Amino acid sequence: MYLDANATEPLRPEAAAAAVAAMGLANPASVHGAGRAARKMMEDAREVVARCFGAQPVDVIFCSGATEANALAVHALGAGRAVFYGATEHDCVRAAAPGGGVIPVLPDGTVDMRALEGLLAGQPGALVCLMAANNETGVRHDMAAAAALCARHGALLHVDAVQAAGRCREDWLGMGAASIAVSGHKIGGPMGAGALVVSAGREVMADLRGGGQELGRRGGTPALPAIAGMAAALGGGYEAARIAGYRDEIEAFCLRLGAVALGAGANRLVNTSCLALPGVRAQTQLIALDMAGVAVSAGSACSSGKVAQSHVLQAMGAGALAGQAIRVSLPWNAPPEVVPGFCGAYEAMAKRALHGRAGCA
Amino acid sequence: MRIVVAMSGGVDSSVVAGLMARAGHEVIGVTLQLYDHGAAVGRKGACCAGQDIRDAKRVADTLGIAHYVVDAQARFRDSVMAAFADSYASGQTPVPCIACNQHLKFGDLLEMARDLGGEAMATGHYVRRLEGPAGAQMHQAVDESRDQSWFLAATTRAQLEFCRFPLGDYASKAQVRAVAAEMGLGVAEKADSQDICFVPTGSYAGVVEKFRPDALSEGEIVSEDGVVLGTHQGIARYTVGQAKRLGNAAAHMVVKKIEPGTRRIVVGPRRVESLEVRLRDVNWLIDAPEGGISAGVKMRARDSVHAARVVPQGSGAMLRLDEPALAAPGQAAVFYDGSRVLGGGFIV
Repeated sequence: MYLDANATEPLRPEAAAAAVAAMGLANPASVHGAGRAARKMMEDAREVVARCFGAQPVDVIFCSGATEANALAVHALGAGRAVFYGATEHDCVRAAAPGGGVIPVLPDGTVDMRALEGLLAGQPGALVCLMAANNETGVRHDMAAAAALCARHGALLHVDAVQAAGRCREDWLGMGAASIAVSGHKIGGPMGAGALVVSAGREVMADLRGGGQELGRRGGTPALPAIAGMAAALGGGYEAARIAGYRDEIEAFCLRLGAVALGAGANRLVNTSCLALPGVRAQTQLIALDMAGVAVSAGSACSSGKVAQSHVLQAMGAGALAGQAIRVSLPWNAPPEVVPGFCGAYEAMAKRALHGRAGCA
Repeated sequence: MRIVVAMSGGVDSSVVAGLMARAGHEVIGVTLQLYDHGAAVGRKGACCAGQDIRDAKRVADTLGIAHYVVDAQARFRDSVMAAFADSYASGQTPVPCIACNQHLKFGDLLEMARDLGGEAMATGHYVRRLEGPAGAQMHQAVDESRDQSWFLAATTRAQLEFCRFPLGDYASKAQVRAVAAEMGLGVAEKADSQDICFVPTGSYAGVVEKFRPDALSEGEIVSEDGVVLGTHQGIARYTVGQAKRLGNAAAHMVVKKIEPGTRRIVVGPRRVESLEVRLRDVNWLIDAPEGGISAGVKMRARDSVHAARVVPQGSGAMLRLDEPALAAPGQAAVFYDGSRVLGGGFIV
């Protein structure tokens, strides 16, 4: 039972078909007929992505994924500016801006707008990086308010839309954002493609210059199958109400067993629930659920597979609960059976882990 | 049966995981991450996991079993490394492997195994667990040169009930390696691990310096009647019975006592043996014998057996040795009846 969509969404059939169709094509930069066929496919994909985010095709820069898209935004848009990012941002943003300032979040996980205003007043013309939805909690910042604040202080807003794209409709460029990072496999496409979408005509200095692909903004032969798959996935549709219903049922059940839903007070992605079980280590929960055939995640796994304490939950002031929370994230194609299936496994895990601890809080 | 296997990434615990899987058990391999490898080797940007963790994961992949890495860094730092430094700072000679077994492997990990619905936990220790009329018994390994029972003497009876040690029956390490090779495990020829895993260079002073710099400050070397014979660079560098690093004036002498308060190393002519040894925190694997019991006692990891009478005293015990022997404070004294471990405690 797969409940780890925020790590990667299951591949959508239309995305798989598009990727397969693109495999074996020529280099889109080639000038011959075969190259033109590949190029057409890539430009078709560019138009789909542009339309989806309210941009012009020329402002879509394809790359390898969100880590690269976010880094490109931080480097290109942040050049010569102070960089601020939210305390709950993904490591790929935090690592791209080693000297960046941290914008605190409130206990519900949303960005502290007053703190942001203070930072911007002190350093006008900064680059502000915020995620449209958090990968661990699903918490969504008020991006319209953040964009307005940035506009007032001459700051640029970069939106990490990796988790929000495809799951909620928001017109970030329309709000005034300068750029948006997306990842193909987080919306049901294949791994290996992402895009940085910038506001009209914004210039981007390449991180990788290479052969001058993507109008000199990102060198390297593009991964056409993954790009075509990403574009197809964007057209796949998302049954938000159905997914929300499952999530809410699961969450209510777990709360009755003593779990705490972190960030539940905020506006959230419909598919995500961050469930802390007081007194039970996240890793123990994760292993028990895995052994029962239920795939969830906890914190941020490093390449060793070790589950590290979540910086997201720590920033929210979750205290000890930060090490006792798992992330349940429903995939786009979750069947109704996922609700009783997960609840049964969770109940068995919680009862065993809490067994014999009654009375010792 | 669902069995949790403590996998270090070495050949021994890898074979144990393979044996359990082969026997048809549902195996959950767990590797404790004890310290940050990247920080330990001092290479910026290095992964927190070392080669051992990657090896354990590959073994699990090969065997087709579940495997998890559990973060035990904070616990290891506090209950093993800091305790190790504290022990040296108080003039004792610690056994960090016993502390690690006690607190991490047979403490936290075993607890986790129970939480996961495990019915047993298996490790790669060379020791035997035999079913007796009054529950599980701990015995020395068949291969005496590999026997690790001395390091496991703090294991409680309840923990022992839950544990399995399949390597205790193997006649030699070569046999274990052969099984690893037959299972197709890449670690079959991997070198044996270090004595103390967190001091790979063999110099433990660095660890002590980090946690207890006071234990590495200068002090006096004195004779038993108080005559100053020289100076030393920290009491943590000495162990009772040691003859090295005493300087010319104290040549042919040995350390008889370490005084943490005055930072003095007291030396005397060879003969630091004692007939009576007091023990603290004794763990009995039999019902504590009220009037005492005759046993063979080992007071170091590779000690010979000393005949003694062990008399319980509160939570500790008094050892009355038939012949005088060297007893270094902080080391473990483990009591045997033939191959069977009766219990053990720490020398005061």
